Amino acid sequence: MAEDPVTPPRPGSKGNPDGKPPTTEEMIKLISGSTPHSRELGLEVVHSARGMAIMRLPWHERLVGNPDELVLHGGVVTTLLDSVCGMATMSARQPPERIVTLDLRIDYQRPATPRLDLFARAEVTKMTRTIAFLSAVAYQDDPKDTVALATGTFMFVGSRKKKGGPDVDRGAGGKKPA
Amino acid sequence: MSATLTERLAAARESGDPNAMAEAIPYARFLHITAALDGDDLVSCMNYSPHIIGNPILPAIHGGTIGGLLETAAILKLLWMQETLRIPKTITITVDYLRSAGPKDTYARAGVTKLGARVANVRVFAWQDDPARPVAGANANFMLSPG
Repeated sequence: MAEDPVTPPRPGSKGNPDGKPPTTEEMIKLISGSTPHSRELGLEVVHSARGMAIMRLPWHERLVGNPDELVLHGGVVTTLLDSVCGMATMSARQPPERIVTLDLRIDYQRPATPRLDLFARAEVTKMTRTIAFLSAVAYQDDPKDTVALATGTFMFVGSRKKKGGPDVDRGAGGKKPA
Repeated sequence: MSATLTERLAAARESGDPNAMAEAIPYARFLHITAALDGDDLVSCMNYSPHIIGNPILPAIHGGTIGGLLETAAILKLLWMQETLRIPKTITITVDYLRSAGPKDTYARAGVTKLGARVANVRVFAWQDDPARPVAGANANFMLSPG
């Protein structure tokens, strides 16, 4: 499974020696600033609330899939939608938990207009103990004129999978496996 | 670079070098995606570089770039086998993330399930060390004719 870029370091892990769960502000900082790929793209969190998020991707010529038409490559749209869905999933639980993307379906409704930033808005439509279902849209200057629709499925993974053992899930109220 | 995309793609096909096709796509260059022939089949590779890391703690490659590799591999495959040299437009793509992708080269191979006059359906898998242990897969529909 793809490790989600938005997952903050777990308490006690190398990236978070204090052992405190990250605050929402720290989470936002992590997502927008400290993962190499989102930094490279200039991905930015515009807004975040419980179970939803809006992110912005600045237009850049090197992200183009068709140089004659200057249309953004679908892979960039995938990256933005995966990130915003991950961000919305993360913000649905307190304290935040590690998550992974299970699948992401994208329907392209129109090519992105050259030289305009791309925005994406995601929200959790349903959440079970281990799974979050999301709905997302990508758009440019007009939120109603959608570039793409997306449906994502994410899984909460409270703890790293132990070698040779089953997935350890502490998703429900921090319950430890028997 | 005064040559149009179509001219560059035509030159790539004539020279029998699929990598020249990958080089004609700016986003493929950004992700360091190269393409090579394995017998008759085309294999794409996203050569590892630190700027595609999405989780620096693990570390793991960003899932979005894996999606980008899968889509690019499908597009390159269609360009390589098609008569026309227009970049196919993605209509839908569904990416399944199967395993965490570590900081190393990632390969992808695409199979065209149906090549219609207007639409192509393609299935793609990406792997790192062992093709039998894919890190991700995708199913996508592409528009071939202008639409």
